[in-house]
Amino acid sequence: MLPIFIIIPLAAAFLIPIASKIRKGSAPLIANISAGALLIFSLLSISWLKQGVQVYSVGGWRPPFGICMVLDGFTVLMLIVVNLIGFLALIYSVNYLKKYTSTYLYYTLFSLLLAGLNGIAISGDLFNLFVFLEISSIASYALVAFGVESEELEASFKYLVLGNVADLIILFAIGIILGNASTLNMADISRALSVSPSKDLILFSLGLFIMGFGLKAGLVPFHAWLADAHSSAPAPMSAMLSGVVIKTAGIYALTRVVFNVIGFNLTVSSIFTWLGIISMSVGVLLAIGQWDFKRLLAYHSVSQIGYVIFGLGLGTPLGIIGGLFHLFNHSLFKSLLFLNSGAVEYSTGTRQLDKLGGLSGPMPITSSASLIASLSIAGLPPLCGFWSKLIIIIAAFQAHNTIGAVVCILVSMVTLASFLKVQKYAFTRKINDAVLAAKEVPFFMMISMVALALLCIAVGLLFVPFINSMIKPAADVLLGGLDYATKILGAN
Amino acid sequence: MSLYFLCFILFGIGIYCLLVKKNLVKKIVGLGIAEYAVNLFFILLGYKNNGEAPILDKNIIAGNFVDPLPQALILTSIVIGLGVTALMVGIVIRLYEKYRTFDIDKIRKLKG
Repeated sequence: MLPIFIIIPLAAAFLIPIASKIRKGSAPLIANISAGALLIFSLLSISWLKQGVQVYSVGGWRPPFGICMVLDGFTVLMLIVVNLIGFLALIYSVNYLKKYTSTYLYYTLFSLLLAGLNGIAISGDLFNLFVFLEISSIASYALVAFGVESEELEASFKYLVLGNVADLIILFAIGIILGNASTLNMADISRALSVSPSKDLILFSLGLFIMGFGLKAGLVPFHAWLADAHSSAPAPMSAMLSGVVIKTAGIYALTRVVFNVIGFNLTVSSIFTWLGIISMSVGVLLAIGQWDFKRLLAYHSVSQIGYVIFGLGLGTPLGIIGGLFHLFNHSLFKSLLFLNSGAVEYSTGTRQLDKLGGLSGPMPITSSASLIASLSIAGLPPLCGFWSKLIIIIAAFQAHNTIGAVVCILVSMVTLASFLKVQKYAFTRKINDAVLAAKEVPFFMMISMVALALLCIAVGLLFVPFINSMIKPAADVLLGGLDYATKILGAN
Repeated sequence: MSLYFLCFILFGIGIYCLLVKKNLVKKIVGLGIAEYAVNLFFILLGYKNNGEAPILDKNIIAGNFVDPLPQALILTSIVIGLGVTALMVGIVIRLYEKYRTFDIDKIRKLKG
């Protein structure tokens, strides 16, 4: 059943252009049905996991000889993140895309993006992971440029150049690994590397992997493209980029390679925690001075990704649970915030915070959804962002990383200040302007924002059962480290 | 071993071209050079002196084959590179229509 996560979106991507030639307006329907089916299958995959790790060999060639697909706890978590946000963003697109032309191309590219991201999550083969990474990257470059105005093209070009450099660096690292281990199956590589004599080359390839996937994830020394690309894309695509793409193509791939293939150690731990600390603080400092709504959100993504990588880098069970929980929560509230910014832009035509104001009157649902998301990202109880940040901070104190814990708390405060600014300027402040003529957004945009806001509250209130059922299996995969190989290849 | 270092130098030339040149088209050429350096690196991984094509036959003794796996991978990588380059050229043409220039210093609407 595992290839279904790639077959459905690919089939949708090929069907959409044909179907929309035959009958105009069928593109959103096909895209939404396929994304809904993907969401159902990814929720079902929780129960498949009860029978242990699932391995599918493509073409019947058993691993380590053929390409394999692997479904374990971490994969399930990522599949749910990708398909949940993808589905809601597609529902939102139905109304939002009214101002664009040839929208069927948007739905095609979006389906390709989903195929690439699901492929990254489910792949058990290093080169296959690279191919899916490229599919998702090409789709997202094109989607960033979808408006074909000068800003969008400029942002897309920057994103393309830096993303392509990242891909080349990753390919170089895969080449070094291939030369060392003579195999591409991730489980087999981890076995071969553990007995390999050339530790220096492995360390070199590890550095290249951190550089390449760090560029994809927008961690701080490599974050230059992120704000341009994420703020120029159409709003549902921004939600997808910030909520899902940087996590799947960056964080997921990096942690999978580092924890399960190469092996986690103290050097990696200190690199990850420092990258996290720097990303957190630099991201939030860049964000607080922004007046463009979406640009501000994009810089907050850099900062929040810092929390995720910091939690994962601590390497303790609690730290990894916190990091993964924050990854999930961030995908909820950051997508919601980007959808809100899209709703504001849809109704008022601008996203400059100093030109907005008083929107809580005419747009009550957008305004309350964005309030929930803002409080969530700033970490106020009982919303979901609070619990994950709390877990990360406790884990940092337990691991005697006091600097990191203090930075986490301070960054959280600055985040709160920054989102109070958003709330004040966009929604609550009184203004005597044409902005007041704004109307509430159409039905489909509203429903996906409401769904995300309710999820933020629900995950916040029910965080203990949620962590036990979803986050813990994923954390166990990372904590198991090189046992990954035994689970896939058997114990011979 | 020195061949691998030459590959790295070629990769460096590509990245240098990408970083230093102001012209968008030259940047694309730089990325192309870097990409072919990586492809060359992969091919060299599977290369053997006096190796033979890996076709199993009665008269051919197995054991002196070149590794076919990197070659298969590089075919995929070349196709991906073609797609990315095509997309990049398309975007640069659109950028030229908007700004009437290829100079990256003059294409600056996004700041901050």
